[in-house]
Amino acid sequence: MKRSLLMLAVALGACSSTPQRHFADEKDLGDVQAALKRDFHARGAAQMTRLDADAVQQACNLYDNEPPEPVAKKLEAEQFAKIPFPQGNLVGDWKNGQRIAQSGRGMQWNDKPGAGGGSCYNCHQLSAAEPSYGTIGPSLNGFGKLRGNSADMQKYAYGRIYNSKAYSLCSQMPRLGHSGTLGEQQIKDLVAYLLDPDSPVNK
Amino acid sequence: MRALLLAAGLLASSALLAQDVRKDVEKYQRMIADSSPAELFELTGEEVWKKRQGPKNVSLEQCDLGEGPGVLKGAYAHLPRYFKDTDRVMDLETRLVHCMTTLQGRSRDEATKRLFGNEDKPSELEYLSAYIAGESRGVALAPGRSHPKEIASYELGKKVFFYRGASWDFSCASCHGEADKRIRMQYLPVLSTPQAASQVMSTWPAYLIRNGQFKTMQWRINDCYRQMRWPEPNFGSDVTIALTTYLTRTGEGANYRGPGTKR
Amino acid sequence: MADPMKVRATMKGDTAEVRVLMVHPMETGQRKDSTGAVIPLHFIQEVQVRLNGKVALEGQISQAVSRNPVFSFKLKGVKAGDKLEIAWLDNKGEKNLTSTAIA
Repeated sequence: MKRSLLMLAVALGACSSTPQRHFADEKDLGDVQAALKRDFHARGAAQMTRLDADAVQQACNLYDNEPPEPVAKKLEAEQFAKIPFPQGNLVGDWKNGQRIAQSGRGMQWNDKPGAGGGSCYNCHQLSAAEPSYGTIGPSLNGFGKLRGNSADMQKYAYGRIYNSKAYSLCSQMPRLGHSGTLGEQQIKDLVAYLLDPDSPVNK
Repeated sequence: MRALLLAAGLLASSALLAQDVRKDVEKYQRMIADSSPAELFELTGEEVWKKRQGPKNVSLEQCDLGEGPGVLKGAYAHLPRYFKDTDRVMDLETRLVHCMTTLQGRSRDEATKRLFGNEDKPSELEYLSAYIAGESRGVALAPGRSHPKEIASYELGKKVFFYRGASWDFSCASCHGEADKRIRMQYLPVLSTPQAASQVMSTWPAYLIRNGQFKTMQWRINDCYRQMRWPEPNFGSDVTIALTTYLTRTGEGANYRGPGTKR
Repeated sequence: MADPMKVRATMKGDTAEVRVLMVHPMETGQRKDSTGAVIPLHFIQEVQVRLNGKVALEGQISQAVSRNPVFSFKLKGVKAGDKLEIAWLDNKGEKNLTSTAIA
């Protein structure tokens, strides 16, 4: 059912006057995937299973990151259902959160398993006191100040860090929880970094 | 009110700082373009090219990089390209390994034992790449584009460039897909556009000031995939060559400026 | 045997513009290797420029200069064809020398 919905949407897309897609169809995508499996090898923690494409990657690749709304909504809901929201408090220690946000290590083939952080500053501005920040993602400066730290906002921040694709299917933000990059406490600490009034992000 | 103004001032100065950094980097690059440690790698590369090695005790001087045996002028600017003797599209590094094994009689294992060097001990391939690339100074980038395998290599490279995968769902385009974006303070060229591709491909391989090492395209692709949280690409594989083919063709026509000097 | 040096010296009006490329690790003595051991201090201490055999410029540099130094300077009162020699000595007693004629 899922597969035919996808194929129908691709076919419909092909009929309209949109620019040529990078991948003509699922077979084309499959050929590229076969080439990748042939021309890459495991190293360190980076196993070849990492190249097993899931439904999110299939859809985002097939649609050049602009899937039709029904496809996006369905897959976003599936991703959201998989987020293991902790019970109780979602706000940890912002001081630890800052360290995690600053660290660009983790999940690379030369990193020790379990070590590393979220690479947040690679893409985002966070604390105004840190000039070395990326601009691939929006600025998160003043996040808590602007949005408050209600239970709903805590849940949103937690969910967004755990799996950004649950909110925007083809977001370029890595699924830090889903991929095993960050653990529950680390994400709580990042939530604190974003929401705690004492955090440099909100000063 | 004051706290807000102060925050605004800090934000403004961050933006200015980024702009200043960009200008300073460009200024430094102009200064260093004239005399760069890259030239020393070219000099040593010439020695390696002429050195007798392997069981056959010959140098690489008869190696055919596409313009004929031993012809170096313009060879780098015309790669990757199809080679009849191997029936495949090859880039500089794969062609050099081919010559090490066929001309010099060295085993592939031995020739590829140390692909990427470090600041204290560069690899043979790094020295050779510097020398041979230097011999293409001023030649327009023109990789092979007519043979069916050259076309297939370009098409594969283009698809791989946009293919999202692995732990962080990254493709090359995840970072190199939108203008004026940066990771931390490093601006990211949109490599799928001719303007950016021509700038970038006319200045690799390059000396990297940050670690005093001379690095090649095979290394650059390898190190990108490491940071993308992918498994490791096979050296000299069709996929890695395809990416170089795609990028070089996207930047074709630009004059190759010689081994570059980068942060 | 130290790695090659490269020198470029060209006349611009009545001044020679000289650029020297050197290969040297310029270790600060602060870095540690992968085992945690300190990498010893190893840097060019003295640079000497000789014009037609006579010392024109002498300098002492420190480990603050980064790896593979690029040294540029100008000389007045010179002409094309003059012989330029650049020599360095590092803290381990290693030496290097290169020479060229001013173009």
